[in-house]
Amino acid sequence: MKPAVLTGEYFMTGDVACAEGALAAGCRFFGGYPITPATEIAERMAIRIPHVDGCFIQMEDEIGAMASVLGASWGGVKSMTATSGPGFSLMMENIGLGICTETPCVVVNVQRGGPSTGLPTHGAQGDMMQARWGSHGHYEIIAIAPSSPQEIFYLTITAFNLSEKYRLPVLIMTDEIIGHMSEKVIIPEAKLIKTVSRPKPKGRKDRFKPFAPGPNGVAPMPAAGEGYNLHITGLTHDEKGYPVMDVETQTEMMSRITEKIQRNLDDIIRTDSYLLEDAEIAVVSYGISARTSMAAVIEARKMGIKAGLLRLVTIWPFPEDQIRKLADRVKGFVTVEINLGQIHREVERCVGGKVPIFLVGHPGGTIIHPDRVVKMLKEAF
Amino acid sequence: MQEIPMTSKKQPQHPLDDLIRTDRIPHIWCPGCGIGTVFSACLAALKASGINLQKTVMVSGIGCSGRAAGYVKLDSFHTTHGRAIPFATGLKLANPELNLVVFSGDGDLFAIGGNHFIHAARRNMDMTVICVNNLNYGMTGGQVAATTPYMAKSTTTPAGNPELPFNLPLMAYACGATYVARWTMLHIRDLTDSITEALCKKGFSFIEALSPCPVNYGRRNKQKPLDMLKLYQEKAIIKNHADPSTLDIDFEKGIILGKFIDLDRPTFIEHYDKIYRPSRLQENVPELNS
Amino acid sequence: MEFWRVPLDADTIQVSLGIVHILEDRCKGCGYCIEYCPKQALEFSTKFNQKGYHPPVVIKPDECVNCHYCEIICPEFAIFSVECPQTTKPGQAETNHAI
Repeated sequence: MKPAVLTGEYFMTGDVACAEGALAAGCRFFGGYPITPATEIAERMAIRIPHVDGCFIQMEDEIGAMASVLGASWGGVKSMTATSGPGFSLMMENIGLGICTETPCVVVNVQRGGPSTGLPTHGAQGDMMQARWGSHGHYEIIAIAPSSPQEIFYLTITAFNLSEKYRLPVLIMTDEIIGHMSEKVIIPEAKLIKTVSRPKPKGRKDRFKPFAPGPNGVAPMPAAGEGYNLHITGLTHDEKGYPVMDVETQTEMMSRITEKIQRNLDDIIRTDSYLLEDAEIAVVSYGISARTSMAAVIEARKMGIKAGLLRLVTIWPFPEDQIRKLADRVKGFVTVEINLGQIHREVERCVGGKVPIFLVGHPGGTIIHPDRVVKMLKEAF
Repeated sequence: MQEIPMTSKKQPQHPLDDLIRTDRIPHIWCPGCGIGTVFSACLAALKASGINLQKTVMVSGIGCSGRAAGYVKLDSFHTTHGRAIPFATGLKLANPELNLVVFSGDGDLFAIGGNHFIHAARRNMDMTVICVNNLNYGMTGGQVAATTPYMAKSTTTPAGNPELPFNLPLMAYACGATYVARWTMLHIRDLTDSITEALCKKGFSFIEALSPCPVNYGRRNKQKPLDMLKLYQEKAIIKNHADPSTLDIDFEKGIILGKFIDLDRPTFIEHYDKIYRPSRLQENVPELNS
Repeated sequence: MEFWRVPLDADTIQVSLGIVHILEDRCKGCGYCIEYCPKQALEFSTKFNQKGYHPPVVIKPDECVNCHYCEIICPEFAIFSVECPQTTKPGQAETNHAI
């Protein structure tokens, strides 16, 4: 046995830092399938997870990988998988099963250019809306976007903590650029890392209802083999977990899985800002694009343009309030993302026509050069 | 005609009631459907096997047979279409103490879920897979399946099936299953014995149970419920250890039933522990001795 | 069903006796228990159950040998037999009631 938390200073890639973050968070099962540019997460887990008495398995496809991750979670361990666009598409149905059955787990999407096979070795941010609505039906999801290898280490821990606390799959929406970028990563001492585990039930086992919500809207969760005779189904189910095909049960279940997120937005949503206090133009970005946007904001300030950056760490649930409040005090918005306008539309929706909003987008394959953002800041306002 | 009067007002308890979610009975299966019989055989086997039922989990996919997980009073998971085996794989790897029973249908396990079946068998993942083979997709109204006989009628092969079906025991054997048997829902005692054996055996076990679907398959192929059972009775050839390549289902020639494969090889977890987690093996030794 | 051959020691073997219990409202009337009872002890009842099916009825209670075949073939968990104490001999049908 080796330590789960490799305290120290390292020069490591985002993918490796993600794997280390998962281990530090308590992840003990990884079910995956190789795909560029996420493979290095699986490779790191294959080496490291047995060191902490966990289990790695390379499944036959991403569908099986996602199913095994849900199974392992009900087996009582924290579990994860990592993939990229095409694999993320294959996982969608079982991500929906995870939402419906309120199963904690973490799914990493190291985004690459799409659609289809697209640009396997080049980064993009084109799966942001798929992260929100990719599985069928209406639901709430949590997705977070790290901007550096150091941050992916911490946010992977956050992702596990949120998934355990709110009982749902949490998506880490990173990209090829961060995944393959090597930077300094500091791994703190184990005692400084706060980890959260799913609430366990108390009281009589025969009266236990696996979907009866607790105080924060989330039900306690036993594991298989603990004597609760659980029945867990992807069909619409009541608090006992039994399938019931009627409108009342559907309504009740839908409010259970959506309200536990909507009622806890303050606890879930994280944003970061740079020079935003006195800004007249708000640049909204996330992930790798937030880093190039920051360079653009610095450059613009030198030119006398009062720009500031709102970096979205949590993408879903969308930080609507933060954008709305900004819309009341800035003259305009610029969104920066490596797609042709996904989060841009969300920002536009929250701005609600109060001020102009412009997109600096890219079809995918490279980072957005700060000069393009500066040009937009100069010319649009 | 003499009706037996009941001296007690209380409803008598069926011997398997303690393993059924009686509040969900009657189940959804049609009159004459054999899934209930195979399910009942599975419950009887669970009892007979003596395995720790608190540590036993049933996992199903989607379809008529997939509903079984909803009726068993054990930890049970009704997953997505075709994905019962990888879900069970995750459960087993997370907690190797669990006994995994995958109970599902032919469409679920061998069409949409075929890839998972062959790989779980190859890995020798420790689980018992029971496939209720009713030769068609019953839940959706009787479409052709990967197991539908050549020229049989279904809603999507109205003039007869142009494809040839899988030989399931051969596939299981070829992929590495360590226990392979086939029975019909009429050969209940043999079926129950086979499931019991499979539950007690480590490694990937596969049992095919032929079962009638009178409403969707039988109706379109001129078979009344009892005709199918009579066919099972007349055409059954019990031949243990038969060569798996001879096990195609052909109701003209006769259908070969029996226990075909029963061998031992290390499971995925045994290999994994030996190579990657030797500390787990050492830790387990005192437990086994105590 | 008939014996292919009569066992040589048929008359010295103590045949066990069974009592059949029918949970009528679980029945969906497939008739498998009736068809496959080796003693033809069952028949469709003329009455309907809650779901509108004809459940089986025991017509020859003395004939039941507690083979459990009706119990194991029933897809509905609707019929089972229990052993009748051996003190009860054939012909004592009046004790052939639920325990």
